[in-house]
Amino acid sequence: MMTPSILIGIVLGQDSVVESIGDPAVVLGAMGLILGLGLAFAARKLSVPKDPVVERINGILPGANCGGCGFPGCVQFAEAVARGDAPPNGCVAASAEINRQIAEVVGGEISESVKMVALVHCNGGHSAKDGFGYHGPVDCVSASMVMGGQKICSYGCLGFGDCVEVCPFDAIRMGENGVPVVDRDACTGCARCVEVCPKRIIELWPVNREVVVACSSLDKGGEARKACSVACIGCRKCEKACPVEAVKVDDNLAVIDPDRCINCGLCASECPTGAILDNAPARPRAYIDSSCIGCTLCTKVCPVDAISGELKERHSVDTEKCIGCGLCVSKCPKNSINLIGAKSYQQDREFRV
Amino acid sequence: MTVTLLLQTLLAAPGTGNSGFDVGRMMAIIIAAIFVNNFVLSRFLGICPFLGVSKQLDSAIGMGSAVIFVMTLATLGSWTVYNLLLVPMGLAYLRTIAFILIIASLVQLVEMILQKFSPTLYQALGIFLPLITTNCAILGVAVLNIDEKYNLGYSLVNAIAAGIGFTLALVLMAGLRQKLELADVPPALKGKPVAFLVAGVMSIAFLGFAGLGS
Repeated sequence: MMTPSILIGIVLGQDSVVESIGDPAVVLGAMGLILGLGLAFAARKLSVPKDPVVERINGILPGANCGGCGFPGCVQFAEAVARGDAPPNGCVAASAEINRQIAEVVGGEISESVKMVALVHCNGGHSAKDGFGYHGPVDCVSASMVMGGQKICSYGCLGFGDCVEVCPFDAIRMGENGVPVVDRDACTGCARCVEVCPKRIIELWPVNREVVVACSSLDKGGEARKACSVACIGCRKCEKACPVEAVKVDDNLAVIDPDRCINCGLCASECPTGAILDNAPARPRAYIDSSCIGCTLCTKVCPVDAISGELKERHSVDTEKCIGCGLCVSKCPKNSINLIGAKSYQQDREFRV
Repeated sequence: MTVTLLLQTLLAAPGTGNSGFDVGRMMAIIIAAIFVNNFVLSRFLGICPFLGVSKQLDSAIGMGSAVIFVMTLATLGSWTVYNLLLVPMGLAYLRTIAFILIIASLVQLVEMILQKFSPTLYQALGIFLPLITTNCAILGVAVLNIDEKYNLGYSLVNAIAAGIGFTLALVLMAGLRQKLELADVPPALKGKPVAFLVAGVMSIAFLGFAGLGS
C-alpha cells in the first residue's frame, strides 16, 4: 500500500518526506505564483484575436454599459455596429462628437435624428366604457384573448399595464386616467412596449412633436362616441383646421404626419371630443421687428389672423391670438419675423398619454 | 512503475485504507447527492444562482450544465492538490484558501480554453462560468469530498451527481416559476417572495427522500 506522502518522496527523488519546506506561506505563495504564471501563459497562448474595429469602437464609447441602445452592454453594441446591425449614433449617452468618431471608424455616415419616444394612441382609460366584467389573469395579453378585451371599444388601451411591466427603464407608469403615461426623458425608444401591446396602439414618435392623436378607433362616429367619450369620430374638423395639411382622416380616424406637423395645435383646439391632445405647455410668439416693409404676406398666411397692420407700415402680432406656428417666419421676404420665448419647451415633460 | 503507483494512490481512499471502486457504493453516493442531500434543497448551498437564474428554463439548463462541468473539474483539482500536496506537507488546514485559489484559476483557464477551441460551448456556458467561479456549492463539493474521505473515483462521481442534483433543483424551480408568472399572485408576494415560498415547499418535499439509499 503506497501512501501519498511516499509518492511525493518518489516524485521529488527522495526517500523521506520533506517536512522542512512545509512552510504555509511558501507553499501558498508558490501555488499562487504557479497558477498565476500558468494563467498568464495561457492568456498569451490561448488568446482569441478580436475584431479590431470592435475594439476601436468600444474604446470610443462611454463604457457606461447603460443598456440605452437596447444591447446588454457597450461591447455588444460595438459588435452590432461593426456588423452593421446598429447605427453608429445608436448610443444614447454619446455626444455628437463621439457619434462622429464611431461613424468614421465604420466608414458610415450619421443622419441627424430626433429622439423617438413611445406614444400611446389612446386616452380612453376610464372614459372608455366596459362591455363586460373581466376576471381573468391581470395582463393585457390575456384580457385581449377574451373577445378582444373588456372595453366596448375594440381598439383602445385595456389598462392592465403590460407596457409598464416590460419597460426596462421605468419610463412608463399607469396614469390616473387608466392609460399609461410615458416619461419622455427616461424613454429611450427601445420599442419593447410597442411589441408587447396586444392592441398595437403604442408607436415611436419624435419627441419634439407635441400635438398627438390619442385614439386608435376605426369605428364610425356614432359607434365610437357611444363606446368612449374621448374617441375620434372622424369629423374632419382637424383636417380643415390644419394649415400645413399634416392631419388626414382615414377610416374614421385622424392621423398626424409628424414630418409635416408644426406643433401649432390648431387641430387640438378644433377637436370636438378631445381626441387630439396638445401637449405643448407653452408656445413661442412671433415678433415683427422694425425691418418690416408692410408687404402683408404674413397676414395672409396666418391661420389665426393674429397679425394686423396697414400696407407699407410695420405690422404687429396679437400675442393673445398667436399660436407660434412659424408659418409667417418662413413667408417673410425681409426675415423680419422671429419666434421668441418658450423655445425649449419641447423636451422637458412627459406626454399626457 | 510510477504510473501504477500513481493509479493505486489515486484510487485509495485516504485514511481508510479502503481502495478500489464499488458499484453499490457508487449508486448510494449518486442517489444521496442528487436526492437525499441535494445541494440546494437539503444543504442550502448555491442559493444565489438557484433564485437568480431560475426564471427561464433555457438559462436554468445552461447554468446547470456549467455547474456540473465546473464541479467535476474543481473536484479533480482540489482532491489532487489536497491529497498529494497539502496532506503530505502537514498543511491540511490550508485547504479552504487553497481550494479557492485552485477553483478560481481553473475556471479562468477553462474559460480561455473553451473560447479558443469550442466557441459554441463558450457561447452556451460563457456567461455562467464566471458567475459560479467562487460559488459556495463548488467549494462545498470539494470540501465534502475531503470530509467524507472519498477516493478520487468516488469524489468525481459525487461531484457529477451533486451537479445533477443542482441542475434538477434549478430546472424544477424554473418550470414552477414560469407557471407562477401566469398565476394570480397577491401583489405583496409577487416576484422574489413567492419564489422563496416555493423554494421552501420544494425543500420540504425533498425531505421525503431522507433515509433513502442509506
